Amino acid sequence: MGGHLEKRRSRGLNGHLWLLLPAALLILPFFVWPSVLIIGKSFSGDTGPFEQYRIVFANPGIRTVLAYTFYVSAVVTGITLVIGYPVAFVVTHLPKKIAAICVALIFLPFWVSTVIRTFAWMIILARKGPLNESLLAIGILSQPLRLLDNGVGMILAMVYIQIPFMVIPLINTMRTIDPSYMRAAAILGANPFSQIVRVYFPLSLPGAMVGSILVFISSLGFFVTPSLLGGSRTMLSILINQQASRLLNWPLASALATVALVLTAALFLIYKMVRRAAATSGGIA
Amino acid sequence: MMMGIGKIKAGCAVAIRELTKEYYPIVAVAPTSVDVASGGFFAIIGPSGSGKSTLLGILAGYVQPTAGRVEVNGKDILSEPMYRRNIGMVFQNYALFPHMTVAENIAFPLKMRGLQKAQVTERVRQSLAMVRLEQYRDRKPGMLSGGQQQRVALARAAIYQPSLLLMDEPLGALDKNLRDEMQEEIKRFQQELGITVIYVTHDQQEAAFLADRIGIMKDGAMVQIGTPRELYERPTSRFVAGFLGEASVFAITGLSAGSEASATIEGGLSMRINPANAARGGKYVCIRPENVMIGQEAARLPNVYEGVITESLYTAGSVRYRITAPAGQSLVSRALPHTGFQLYETGRTVKFGWSPDDVCVIN
Repeated sequence: MGGHLEKRRSRGLNGHLWLLLPAALLILPFFVWPSVLIIGKSFSGDTGPFEQYRIVFANPGIRTVLAYTFYVSAVVTGITLVIGYPVAFVVTHLPKKIAAICVALIFLPFWVSTVIRTFAWMIILARKGPLNESLLAIGILSQPLRLLDNGVGMILAMVYIQIPFMVIPLINTMRTIDPSYMRAAAILGANPFSQIVRVYFPLSLPGAMVGSILVFISSLGFFVTPSLLGGSRTMLSILINQQASRLLNWPLASALATVALVLTAALFLIYKMVRRAAATSGGIA
Repeated sequence: MMMGIGKIKAGCAVAIRELTKEYYPIVAVAPTSVDVASGGFFAIIGPSGSGKSTLLGILAGYVQPTAGRVEVNGKDILSEPMYRRNIGMVFQNYALFPHMTVAENIAFPLKMRGLQKAQVTERVRQSLAMVRLEQYRDRKPGMLSGGQQQRVALARAAIYQPSLLLMDEPLGALDKNLRDEMQEEIKRFQQELGITVIYVTHDQQEAAFLADRIGIMKDGAMVQIGTPRELYERPTSRFVAGFLGEASVFAITGLSAGSEASATIEGGLSMRINPANAARGGKYVCIRPENVMIGQEAARLPNVYEGVITESLYTAGSVRYRITAPAGQSLVSRALPHTGFQLYETGRTVKFGWSPDDVCVIN
C-alpha cells in the first residue's frame, strides 16, 4: 500500500519539480556549496589529504570530546524518552479539546529564545540560586549542590529544550493506535500492565524511534546550552568553534564537522533501515 | 479438561437481565433481557445505531452499563475486569496484533494465562490445523488475506476455551463469496467446539443462516426475539416484518374477531384471517410474498382478488411480481419457477390471493 501511494505521489510530481526552485536557490549556494567547501577543506594538510582525520582519531583530547558528545546526546535522548513517553500517552488519551491545549502548552517554551532559557537555567541552578536556596531552607540539603560545572545542569537544560521533539512524534504515532488492539489484549486475558508492555509499547515504537533520532541528532550539534552550562567539559560543537574562529585551524574544524555529518547521516540511515525492516515484516511503521 | 482444543463439554448459559446503557440523555440500550442456552448461537441484528454493538461492548467489558446484570453459568461477570472474564471476542477489524506473527497472536491468550511453553506450542499447532493455517504460522497479519485474518482472529478467540464467544460483525469487511464461505466455516467451528456465541450483524441472511435464535434491536430496545422461522413467519411489529425479508404491510381500518374473523384494510379491501391472529390484535396486516398466489392457485383460496401485474422480474431462482389491486393497494408476490411454470408479463390482469393463515396481524 505504501508503495502504491508513493508511485501515485511521484507521478503527481511530474512537471511540478519547478516548485522546488525557491528552496533549491536557497539551499544550493548557502548550504550545499559551503558543505562541499568544508568537506574539501578537511582533506587538506601538509602531510597528505588524510592528515586532519589522523589527528581527529589519534588525538586523545579530540577522541574524548567525540565520546563525551555522543554520551551526552545518548543520556539526553534516554531521559527525554522516559519523561516524554508518559506525557505523550496521557495527552493522546485526553479529550480532543484538552489535548489540543496541552500540545499548545508543550510548544509554549519555543516563544522564548534558547539563549534566554539557558540563562534562566543558569540562574535556577546556581550555587546561590532558587533551587539550592529552597532545598537548603527546607533542610533536604546541608550544603548546596554543584549543578553547573559538571554537566548535570547542561543535560537538564537540554532535556527541557528537547522534550517537545520527543513528545510530538510520540503523540502522532499513539494517535494511530486503534483502541481495539488494547481491547483485544484485555479480553484475551492481558492485565493492564501486559496490555501496555506487550501491545501498546511495541505499536508506539515507530514514534519513539522518530523522537529519539530527532533528539539525538540535534543534541549532537547543540552549541548555546553546552557553551553556557557545560562547564569545563567540551562538546563537539564548541571544539569546532574554537578551532575555526579562535585558532583559525580551518582544516581540522572542517574534518571535525565532516565526522559529525557522516555519523549523523549513518544514524539516520540505520533508522531508515530499521523502519523498512519493521514495515516489510509487520506492517507497522 | 483445559487440554487440547477438543470439544468443550458444554458452552456456558448466558443470562442478560435488564441491561441498560444511557449516555444521558440518549438511551443506547434500553433495559434488555436475553437468555442464551449453553452451546446456543444467538445473533443480534438491527440497523446501525440500534445499540447492538454497545450491548456487545458491555458483555466484553469496554462499555460500562448504567444498570443490569449479566450472568454466565450463574456467575455475575460485570464486576470482573475484562481480562478476567474469560470471554472470547472477534472484532470487526479483527484487531490482530500487527507486530506479532500468526502463531504469536494465537499464543497470546495462553501466555497471558501463564501456560508452559511446550503446552502453548502444542495447542497453537492444533489450533492452526483447525483453521488450516499451518503454513502461515510465521507470517505477520498484514501479509494475510481478509479471510485468513478472519480465521486467525477466530482461532485466537477460541484457543483458551472461553465461556462465551462474542463476534462483532466479523464478516463485514469481506466480499460476498468469501462471506458465504466464512459463514460455513464459523458454523462448523461453533458446532465442533459446542461454544456459546453471541453474534452481532446487520445482515439478516447471515443471522438466519448462523443463529438458532435472533434478537432484533431498534433504537436501543430488543423488539423481538425468536428463531429465524418465528421471526419471519410471526413478526410482531411492522419493523420486524420489514427488517427480516420482504413483506406487504397494510394499515387495518376494521377488524372483527370470532370464528369468521376478518380484517378490512386501507382502500376498503377485506380479507378473512385466522381467528387466533385476529384475537392478538394489531394495527397492520402483513403478508409474505411467497404466500401471495397468482392465477389457478389463487382461485381456490378464501381471499381472492383481481389486479394488474405492474412489475415482473425474473431473477436466478425466483420470480418477483408487483401486483396492484383496483383500489390502489400494491403488494409483492414471489414464486419459484419450476418446469412448465407460467411467467406473467407486466400489464396482465390476474387473480391473486392468500390463505387466512398467512395473514399476520402486527403492530
